[in-house]
Amino acid sequence: MISKDEVKHIAGLARIGLSEKDINKFSKDLSAVLDWVKELQEVDVSNVEPTAQIIGTENVIREDKAREFPDKNKIADLFPDKKDGFGKVKSIL
Amino acid sequence: MIRDLHNKLISKEITAVQLAEEYFARIQKKDKDIFAYLSLAKKSALDQAKKVDEKIGKGEEIGMLEGIPGAIKDNMCMAETRTTASSKILDNYIAPYDAAAVKNLKDAGAVILGKTNMDEFAMGSSTESSAYGPTKNPIDKERVPGGSSGGSAAAVAGDMAVWALGSDTGGSIRQPAAFCGVVGLKPTYGRVSRYGLISMASSLDQIGPIAKTVEDAAIVLSEISGHDVMDATSAKSSGKRYENYLTGEIKGLKIGLVREYIESLKAEAKELMEKAVEDFKKMGAEIKEVELAYAKYSLPVYYIIMPCEVSSNLARFDGIKYGMRADNYQDTGIDFETEDRSLLETYLDSRRYGFGTEVKKRIMLGTYALSSGYYDAYYLRAQKVRTLIKKDFEKAFDEVDLILAPTTPTPAFRIGEKTEDPLEMYLSDIFTVTANIAGIPAISIPCGTIKEGGKDLPFGLQLMAKWFDEENLLRAAHAYETYSR
Repeated sequence: MISKDEVKHIAGLARIGLSEKDINKFSKDLSAVLDWVKELQEVDVSNVEPTAQIIGTENVIREDKAREFPDKNKIADLFPDKKDGFGKVKSIL
Repeated sequence: MIRDLHNKLISKEITAVQLAEEYFARIQKKDKDIFAYLSLAKKSALDQAKKVDEKIGKGEEIGMLEGIPGAIKDNMCMAETRTTASSKILDNYIAPYDAAAVKNLKDAGAVILGKTNMDEFAMGSSTESSAYGPTKNPIDKERVPGGSSGGSAAAVAGDMAVWALGSDTGGSIRQPAAFCGVVGLKPTYGRVSRYGLISMASSLDQIGPIAKTVEDAAIVLSEISGHDVMDATSAKSSGKRYENYLTGEIKGLKIGLVREYIESLKAEAKELMEKAVEDFKKMGAEIKEVELAYAKYSLPVYYIIMPCEVSSNLARFDGIKYGMRADNYQDTGIDFETEDRSLLETYLDSRRYGFGTEVKKRIMLGTYALSSGYYDAYYLRAQKVRTLIKKDFEKAFDEVDLILAPTTPTPAFRIGEKTEDPLEMYLSDIFTVTANIAGIPAISIPCGTIKEGGKDLPFGLQLMAKWFDEENLLRAAHAYETYSR
């Protein structure tokens, strides 16, 4: 069972603000899924390598060269807050 | 269908502009009730159609997809159009570039009508988690079209697009195709570049076509597949035109059958599957039972790997770079004029009001499973079981060319039927998710109907093939489609 405090902790790590109602709901819902996936604990995985890349592609490299994006203004237009064409972030100090 | 329309275009029986206008007229008439489309791209579609007509007018040759109208799932970027992934957090996002698959279709001269509704960030199996409201199934409007590519499947089934692109992470192309009675293809992982696809679970996501016929799906696949430097996981191009492999002949093809899958179905569905097996035998295929010992763990593996990757991929939505920032948003009830909100509060608020419940839940599940002390028990273990599932398929494909299974346990369910119990919704992906875990290509094709509530609801049959063997997959699907008609 995922307690309400654990839900708050996870939500903090995930940077998601939650209401009291959400906390109750997620405590229940997260527990249900985690209980269900417990089934995997019965599988013997000793000496089994994990799979991250299913078609076996290994390190893909290319020249480390910057490429111009065709229209940078279209990216700048998307900044929720900007100054002099730059994206603006709130001060953290 | 695409071939017929292509022939009509070159014989000047119709023009590309007339064709596009006809589809826009149908959308205007029908989509109020279905809600397959989130946005339309009327101007660019008609401009493109005009170009095709000019080419035909000058006697120039045109490609198979040139001038043929279709739709794009709203989690793929299309330059200068709104791309929301059905999430409020991207409500105001105008894509600054084309996804590779969209670019390839534009280069092929296809006419793109608009962007289709989906479950928010492709997280769902019914299109009910869209922030903009659910899509209805054109066969029965009280039922879901499936998901997450529900808008794409409904657009094709409702004759509001000739073809559509979907994306499939755990069944999101095949399940809606089955529910709407159309064809849905998930190619091999890496076959189609994911550049410009809004990432859900990167090791599972794959773009593919939804269409009325297997040939149409093959034509679209030929255009969208291939290597792309912008997606390091994309595979080398086969250079093949997949529609050229549809011979109608499958004599001697070995098809594997997982007996438990069919035994688990209800009577009517079981009957349809057994009839399909008989049909394949009559066409000359050799049917052989295969065992996939670890496949039953696919769904739990999926519900660990997917949320972990989701939690990482969706970290980019922070209210800073693009998308919704809570401070600029009226509906939060927070008075931003008087309250000075910190950077952390901007993150927390933007994600709180921007994401829907299912998305938050999956981000938190992944965050939990990846958090300190849990990584080995969850993600690492799931990746190891993934290896065992892959080996299952390697072994099976030593003996058979294809594997036959149902696409879903049941036909389309009612709107609202599974929203209360999330686990029940997850179970509708039980037969599709395995192909994503193993990375193999799989297709859903209609295999009859089941009567429920006075309506004949479509049921889908699924074929799975070896990695990169889309030729045999499409050949067998096409042969069955021709035979069963």
